[in-house]
Amino acid sequence: MADHEFRHTNPDIDVHAMGEVHEHPTWKQYKWVALILTLITVVEVWIYYTPFKDSPLFVPVLLIMSAVKFAIVVLFYMHLKYDHKLFKALFTGPLIIAISTLTALLFLFGKFSGKH
Amino acid sequence: MSSAVASHAHPPTSTGLDHRKIAIWAFIGSECMLFASLISTYLIYKGRSVVGPFPHEVCDPPVCATHLNAILNIPVTSFSTFVLLMSSLAMVLALAAVENRGKPGYEGIFGSSKFWLLTTAILGTTFLGCQAYEFTSFVHEGLTIRTNLFGSSFFTLTGFHGAHVTAGVLWLLTLLAIDIKRGLQPKDALLVDISALYWHFVDVVWIAIFTLVYLIK
Repeated sequence: MADHEFRHTNPDIDVHAMGEVHEHPTWKQYKWVALILTLITVVEVWIYYTPFKDSPLFVPVLLIMSAVKFAIVVLFYMHLKYDHKLFKALFTGPLIIAISTLTALLFLFGKFSGKH
Repeated sequence: MSSAVASHAHPPTSTGLDHRKIAIWAFIGSECMLFASLISTYLIYKGRSVVGPFPHEVCDPPVCATHLNAILNIPVTSFSTFVLLMSSLAMVLALAAVENRGKPGYEGIFGSSKFWLLTTAILGTTFLGCQAYEFTSFVHEGLTIRTNLFGSSFFTLTGFHGAHVTAGVLWLLTLLAIDIKRGLQPKDALLVDISALYWHFVDVVWIAIFTLVYLIK
């Protein structure tokens, strides 16, 4: 497939209903996103098999890479970067509550105390 | 009725946005909290199992009746993670194919929404196959949902995710059947967009599970 630009110039697409303020990424951007996601996954698995897994930085590095992958998929594949702000609020609001609850529960059950 | 009128035929809303798209984002938001609770449970119970098998540690007598290896299979799961990431790429290409149907460059197989919907469904099924293989091998190695805390929380978390992937594959096959029967037109892009959002959400949940459950010891 050529490097088409996926733009909503087609009058048959209900852009307003889809809530998109801007245009979708291009085919080239989609390819780059897939490549970056694959590379991050390869690095994640690779460091799992290296002595770095015993380093105190192992978990933070993995969490950062996972968060980057999460954000890339949400922003580009789910088009949240280009979507209406109501959709952003509907996703980020519950996500913040979910992450806060998860963190609070882990503190509550002593998962950060080093005893478990 | 002209196609332009038909495409804007959703009932007027206070936000000006289609309720279906608002609903799927609200649903995805609620699903975030569901999976956060399941992941929390897994992490809280992690390391508290009295008997093996364990996820990352070898189990020897007297804790276990016999020698048991660490049970998580990272190579297989890495492959299934890659498969799911590629399915997300196929899904965005399916949406693009529907949006751009009839435009130059979208006549061939790689511009066909049928091809990309089928590819996404096949990749999703491959992921489910890997999960079925993993679950079966765990049971053969002595880990069931009733064996220990790790087994209970692990099978619940990954089982819920697998059920979501299964629902996504059925949704994709439904769209494919509609596409084969009458052809998905640009005015149907919202239908594909909504299913794509669900599919990508299933993908991002797995991104979190892969790191938190499989890679972090």
